[in-house]
Amino acid sequence: MSDQLLVSTRKGLFSARRQGQRQGKGTWALEGVSFLGDNVSLAMRDPRDGAWYAALDHGHFGAKLHRSRDQGATWEEISVPAYPAPPEGQVEKDFLGREIPWRLIRFWCLAPGLVSQPGLLWAGTLPGGLFWSEDSGDTWHLVESLWHMPERRKWAGGGADAPGIHSVCVDPRNGDRVAVAVSSGGVWITQDRGLTWSAHTKGMRADYAPPELVEAPESQDPHRMVQCPSAPEVWWLQHHNGIFRSTDDARSWVEITDVKPSVFGFPVVVHPKDPDTAWFVPAIKDERRVPAEGKVVVNRTRDGGRSFETLRRGLPQAWAYDLVYRHALDLDASGERLAFGSTTGSVWLSENGGDDWLALAEHLPPVHAVLFV
Amino acid sequence: MPSVAFTRNLQRHVACPPCVVAGGTVRESLESAFARYPKLRGYVLDEHGALRFHMAVYVNGVPIADRQGLSDPVPPTGEIFVMQALSGG
Repeated sequence: MSDQLLVSTRKGLFSARRQGQRQGKGTWALEGVSFLGDNVSLAMRDPRDGAWYAALDHGHFGAKLHRSRDQGATWEEISVPAYPAPPEGQVEKDFLGREIPWRLIRFWCLAPGLVSQPGLLWAGTLPGGLFWSEDSGDTWHLVESLWHMPERRKWAGGGADAPGIHSVCVDPRNGDRVAVAVSSGGVWITQDRGLTWSAHTKGMRADYAPPELVEAPESQDPHRMVQCPSAPEVWWLQHHNGIFRSTDDARSWVEITDVKPSVFGFPVVVHPKDPDTAWFVPAIKDERRVPAEGKVVVNRTRDGGRSFETLRRGLPQAWAYDLVYRHALDLDASGERLAFGSTTGSVWLSENGGDDWLALAEHLPPVHAVLFV
Repeated sequence: MPSVAFTRNLQRHVACPPCVVAGGTVRESLESAFARYPKLRGYVLDEHGALRFHMAVYVNGVPIADRQGLSDPVPPTGEIFVMQALSGG
């Protein structure tokens, strides 16, 4: 069970801790903030050495990365990935003719390697570069093969002006097998730690694309992708178009369509020990992007997507317009404690798999990500 | 010799008090400052050495023209000011 939650927001990294129990229910409270006033994109905890990482996005001064080895008491700024200079005189444009800058815009994902790969970190960034570090972030290297892959030129912005890698799944069976999901640019997997890549989007469809491109790998806009740690052949994916699941190790995907109130949303988490159990936060697709009927709910399936329960006990059920971003839902290692945060600064927690929720905060800055540590 | 001063907003993140620098261009002058405050470079310039989109550099009150190459000349007693652009960010 995790007793601490980090909340990455537009104006700082907030920490909340479980205070105890009252009448059989856990009580949580905010207890501190780092980087107050700064835009914190996301945080990561390295389970191998306990280090915390915070990715900042200073509007004027660029993207920065900080590391803490004392659970947030102190932070040190470490290096950030650097994009290569484009070939002389070349201005890269996406398929719509818009310039894709070759420079770091923002961190969108941080992921540790396996226990057998100490110090190895992966960073997914905007505008689409994947980077790795072998020294806990002191130095970074671009995964050249993915950046120079011709199909990468077909990626487009989705969620931001430029394309970005928001999900990095390191296979628990083989740390050289790494999957990335791109908004908007599909799912790509390497079997050889980044030397070669192949698309894994069979079964996905993008209704929003021109008819000829509905099934093209680069048309797919996964919003978030997760792999079940204890059954790594099972994957869940919240797509712009709906919910997809793979039970054959991402070789193919099956769309799940019968989900109320909506199949649209951004985040997904999967139970660490039960690949059939996953949670989503639905919203009205896709121009409006608000909860259906002004009611904040969480959807849970326990049978691999054949049915969903809509969980709402403790969540606002009128005049609520909280949108939950792709990294703003998290599950602890027990699979019992869940938390999610919204664009309007609310954070809710559950200690029983989503059956009951309590409001941890209602007036925080817009929430980008939450993380149990 | 020229001098460089930095916006207070920048000093919240990196210690960079005003300093006297050596250089006949903005590039040379800023490199002189970065030699003293290495972490400052990434806050002012991007990974290719260009001025960040939301940053501004003035020489004697005039915005520089060459945001990529930073080749604008700096007079021997020029005053350089580095601040965030008011364009956004």
